[in-house]
Amino acid sequence: MRLSKAWIVAARDFKIFRRVKNVWSSIIIFPVVISVLFPVILEYLAVRGSHGLAAPGVLPNLLNSFSFFLVIGAANVPLGIASYSVVGEKVEKSLEPLLATPLTDGEILLGKAISAVIPTLVAMYAAAVVFMVGIDGVTFNTLGYYYFPNWNIATLLLVLMPVAIVMSVLFSVIVSSRVNDVRSANSFGIFILFPLLGIYLSSETSIITLDVSTLLIISGAILAVDVALFFLSTKTFRREEILTKWK
Amino acid sequence: MIETENLTKKFWDLTAVDNLTLHVDDGEVFGFLGPNGAGKTTTIRILCCLISKTSGTATIGGYEIGNKADWLKIRKTIGLVPDNVGLSENLTAYDNLDFYGKIYDLSDTQRKENNKRFLEMLGLWDKRNVLAGTFSKGMKQKLAIARALIHDPQVLFMDEPTANLDPEASKTVRDFILQLKKEKKTIFLNTHNLDEAQRICDRVAIMNTSLRAIGTPQDLESSVSGRKTVIGLEQQVNEPVLGALKKLPLKNLSINGDTITFDVEDPDKENSPVVETIVLAGGHVRSINVVGSTLEDTYLKLLRK
Ligand SMILES: Nc1ncnc2c1ncn2[C@@H]1O[C@H](COP(=O)(O)OP(=O)(O)O)[C@@H](O)[C@H]1O
Ligand SMILES: [Mg+2]
Repeated sequence: MRLSKAWIVAARDFKIFRRVKNVWSSIIIFPVVISVLFPVILEYLAVRGSHGLAAPGVLPNLLNSFSFFLVIGAANVPLGIASYSVVGEKVEKSLEPLLATPLTDGEILLGKAISAVIPTLVAMYAAAVVFMVGIDGVTFNTLGYYYFPNWNIATLLLVLMPVAIVMSVLFSVIVSSRVNDVRSANSFGIFILFPLLGIYLSSETSIITLDVSTLLIISGAILAVDVALFFLSTKTFRREEILTKWK
Repeated sequence: MIETENLTKKFWDLTAVDNLTLHVDDGEVFGFLGPNGAGKTTTIRILCCLISKTSGTATIGGYEIGNKADWLKIRKTIGLVPDNVGLSENLTAYDNLDFYGKIYDLSDTQRKENNKRFLEMLGLWDKRNVLAGTFSKGMKQKLAIARALIHDPQVLFMDEPTANLDPEASKTVRDFILQLKKEKKTIFLNTHNLDEAQRICDRVAIMNTSLRAIGTPQDLESSVSGRKTVIGLEQQVNEPVLGALKKLPLKNLSINGDTITFDVEDPDKENSPVVETIVLAGGHVRSINVVGSTLEDTYLKLLRK
């Protein structure tokens, strides 16, 4: 498998995405919502409210759970992109000529994965910066500069988020090659968010604490899932079925 | 250039291609003719390494279909114009081509050159920055052809490139195929259009799951003996004329209004007694024609078998 070939596929997809509204909206809406909404919620709930959440001992845990939501958000974003980019090819029937070229299945799939991962990462990192600045803005009085620096969120953004995005993309690619419309691809794709939601709820209910070592363990587990999903995707990408059953 | 031997493809219990044996020479325009469901697309897909064969062998330029080691070489040798053009509708014509040029490792200058050359040859250069999705069917077809040629393949597979095109667009595509023939490209052309096969193909195979006939269009025409005499009268064929004709030993006599048709082997000898008979029975002959069998006759006859 040649990375340069996968990149050619990804670069073409970027060009296509520029003209597809659905892809744009999935890249923009969720990151904007998450990065703006959370600081606002926190402002009303924890800082202005009288729930005692503003106490310096409680707030960091709450914030860590909050920031985990960035990961869930990140995993949600590429569902729309990846399912469009695979189902879109089916609808246009543009895979047949592509499969007749010297590209391998792995190169095509990797290209599809890259084209969904990169815009998501860019959008989510931008969202994360807004999020951190916003949270720091509302919690500065109690916590000082909580996020600058903060190893916890660094691990979350730089290690956990990329592997979670890749997991979601690969899962979505696999689902998309089995269904024939973007909507059902999306609704099945949502399932990949459940384990992440489980982790989020466990941290909210203090079953686990999302410290650096826990985050690294979770990342390692997801990375293993990523590798497994990539192999699964090349196995489920059967040329013959794609051509004859993708109607 | 292309050789198949007993090539067979089964989809479960349905045999789509049955023991196909044929060869296509270097630089030949080969017409693969058959009705819908004849197995034309399936054959092209096997030859382009898109789907597996069930049994038999096939080679392209000496490389073996189904052999992993030859896979890449075959793909570099061939270009495919699929039955559904399969363009990226949200890309411009130029970007559609350029993408394929990149896949085939063409250098930047080579790509620019080829993109321009093929877009110009097919009359799409002015539309190069227009989205392919907005193109007419004919323009899409031309762009798909340009895309298949971008890496200068030796063999071009085309799956019904003129189906669904208006006559003018069809003609452009056919003229272009003839131009490619001058460049010594080998062309495997699926079609269900007899006229097209006859006009542009060096050799034609008639296919309906299994191979029914193969040869030059002229060979195939004469393979069905059966010239006909067509006599036109000035008025409707009436009872006396019909009665008189029925007494003659004519094969496949048929009457249609003012037209009489029958099979003829030696028109010079057989026609004049017939005309005399008609005149004696009071008919007025307006015209006499002898028509040869056409590729269409051969085709229909072979398919009925
Ligand atoms: N994936 C498939 N599964 C089952 N049958 C198929 C499949 N693809 C093609 N066929 C059948 O094989 C036969 C040949 O089809 P095809 O090669 O598309 O014919 P043509 O291109 O000559 O119209 C048809 O009867 C078609 O229904
Ligand atoms: Mg077909």
